[in-house]
Amino acid sequence: MGDENLNSAGYEIPPEMQSQVAITTLDKIYNWSRKNSLWPMMFGLACCAIEMIGTAASRFDFSRFGMEVMRPSPRQADLMIVSGTVTKKMIPQIVRLYNQMPEPRYVIAMGACASGGGPFKEGYTVVAGVDKFIPVDVYIPGCPPTPQALLHGFITLMKKIEKQSLRSVPWYQKTPGEPIPIPILGPDLMDPRKFDQIKQVCGKLAEQGNEPAEGEAAHE
Amino acid sequence: MNEQVEVQSSSLSDRFPEIVLPDTRTGYSGFLVKPENLIAVVRTLREEMGYDYLSSVTGVDYLPENKMEVVYHFYRTTGGGALVLKTQVERENPVVPSLTPLFPGAEFQEREAWDLLGIRFADHPDLRRILTWEGFHGHPLRKDWKEPFFEEEAKPFKSRWPEGHVYRAEDKNPFHDNVQFPAGFDPELWSPETDELLYAGLKRVDKTGDFLTEQVVVNLGPQHPSTHGVFRMVVVLDGETVVDLKPIMGYLHRNHEKIGERNTFLQNMPFTDRLDYVCSMSNNFGYALAVEKLMGIHPPERAEYIRVMMAELTRYLNHIFSIGFLLNDLGAFFTPMLYALEERELILDVFEAVSGSRMMCNYFRFGGVARDIPDEVMQKIRKLVLDRLPRKLDEMDYFITHNEIVRGRCEGVGVLTAERAIALSASGPVLRASGVPYDVRRADPYSIYERFEFNIPVRYNGDIYDRYLLRLDEMRQSLRILQQVLRDIPEGPIMSGKPQYQVRVPAGEAYGRVEGPKGELGFYVVSNGKPNPWRYHVRAPTFINLTSLAEMCRGQKIADVVTVLGSIDIVLGEVDR
Repeated sequence: MGDENLNSAGYEIPPEMQSQVAITTLDKIYNWSRKNSLWPMMFGLACCAIEMIGTAASRFDFSRFGMEVMRPSPRQADLMIVSGTVTKKMIPQIVRLYNQMPEPRYVIAMGACASGGGPFKEGYTVVAGVDKFIPVDVYIPGCPPTPQALLHGFITLMKKIEKQSLRSVPWYQKTPGEPIPIPILGPDLMDPRKFDQIKQVCGKLAEQGNEPAEGEAAHE
Repeated sequence: MNEQVEVQSSSLSDRFPEIVLPDTRTGYSGFLVKPENLIAVVRTLREEMGYDYLSSVTGVDYLPENKMEVVYHFYRTTGGGALVLKTQVERENPVVPSLTPLFPGAEFQEREAWDLLGIRFADHPDLRRILTWEGFHGHPLRKDWKEPFFEEEAKPFKSRWPEGHVYRAEDKNPFHDNVQFPAGFDPELWSPETDELLYAGLKRVDKTGDFLTEQVVVNLGPQHPSTHGVFRMVVVLDGETVVDLKPIMGYLHRNHEKIGERNTFLQNMPFTDRLDYVCSMSNNFGYALAVEKLMGIHPPERAEYIRVMMAELTRYLNHIFSIGFLLNDLGAFFTPMLYALEERELILDVFEAVSGSRMMCNYFRFGGVARDIPDEVMQKIRKLVLDRLPRKLDEMDYFITHNEIVRGRCEGVGVLTAERAIALSASGPVLRASGVPYDVRRADPYSIYERFEFNIPVRYNGDIYDRYLLRLDEMRQSLRILQQVLRDIPEGPIMSGKPQYQVRVPAGEAYGRVEGPKGELGFYVVSNGKPNPWRYHVRAPTFINLTSLAEMCRGQKIADVVTVLGSIDIVLGEVDR
């Protein structure tokens, strides 16, 4: 236990025991071990995935931070790196993968596309940021972010984990957390949470009678 | 168009008077043919005139003329320029006969034209949407189709420049999101599309006899560690043997072409980086060539040399990367990859030094390149090319080529014969490993490639092992070209004319193609004289190489599917665009 912070609980330890005993809080020891063994899911979407691979390789080597075990299965991962453009065709799978990850789980939005659509935001099948569907802990800017930026993102996430308290985290509740409803592919991407709004707006459009031409929606 | 092609083409209109007419629009070339005569003309082209390679199928929406046009680029595998054939139909309910029975390589490209432009191809074996999903509303590349975040027809948007009103695109959309729905749409009544149609398209061979083994459908992907991104394969298995396979793409469809048609010509350059994101320099090259053809300009000498240098470094980078990935797919998880990535990082350092970015270089300009190469970077390149890269290549060769497991898993697996490779429009290493010595750098030379001494490596077995060996051969040839470039590169300007943000591109069409590391990368650009391309189409090599995936996998074991896919070397950014 080289971390100095662990030894600051405020109790006096007799000098003869100092090399064997450390007093700390449950939060601290728990967060300390968790932040140093984040297992990312092996899951790449687009260009950023290549930089993610580059970060995993020998030059940058993120196993220095205890995360060399990339898991192809969401059941064994606790960090999802959304590395690339999220499309409407892909978002149902991403939400499903997120739901399958055991808690505690974290999400990093890597790059401009995952954070907010990036250069492809105006595209018709691009989701303008993965945070429209799943909660994101750390955003990393860049197109694609350099490995250094990704490492900085990891360190930021570690700092965030360090500050969490077992008392206030959303997991470990009496009842299991609600899964995020999986979006459905219709004429366009449909978020089940927004069905009422879609119905309302479309109904209003139909009432106005300005039936848009094929493939053209209302533009204000 | 070179002379030989001219002769051949005129014989085409002699042969079919009244049926095949030369395209007389200014800036256009090729021939117009009526849809009802298309099959007969194409058959003659293939069987009598030797145009055995259908490179590209492009749909174009000519909204002002109320026409839909399908453009076909034919080549001979013996070399030479293109024969461009076009057929026009009405915009309402356009139907064109499918060329898939004659050229199976047209399958995915025709599906793409149906998906994005709504052109129906009669007698197509499997005309489903390919990049969007079944049930998607409208055909997005039609000029009157507008995306949910639509602002204006063309950039730069007046709202942003010069006045500079900035707002979020979400604020203008009635749903406050990147979605749109037809009027009166009720989401609760919608029954989501299942994969019924897809599974119905997969042949399920009935066996006779009383002991039946049940055939199993297995989905690989879109999240799968060995699909090289978000790619999905539906595999029908009989025991462990693959009976049939369908690739499903579109999980990374980023609307490259729609965005490209709103952008100005130069604004597209950084977007091409993100096509095949492993080799952005080659993509830049292809697009720059296409637009330069339209503009009728040529880069100065030094720029040409720099371009070739970057393209060949990219080829080395891509091939060593793909060999690393192939080994990953064979089960040697990540260790060979580490060796490959080490060299890749060194080449990326060069790219970063010249362009400012590791991966998305955005380095080429129309009529040159963006920045000159500083002397110290030149020294670095020299060291790499003359010393380190050849050494590391031999090391890779030594470690892998005679490895028993590599040979056992790769030899005789995923075979594609030469005839089928040509018919399926395969290109790049996949085509050349099948014994067809077709490389755009020699067959239809561009830039300054005819000055260099290099061979086009060919291998004849068409299996995974040959594709791997061919990549090694190509890397050696790339290094050979690089050594000549370093010897001959002159001093001088790197741009012809002044660098400018808004280039003037005369009306017309152009098809620029380069031999990218993954195959023939083509850009079909139509300009109508405005600052934005009217049509901007990418002939993505890996997208079309995937047409042959099913054929390579049939009869193999399920474990080999992953390796076969690895040997095609796909990049999803390019497959889905």
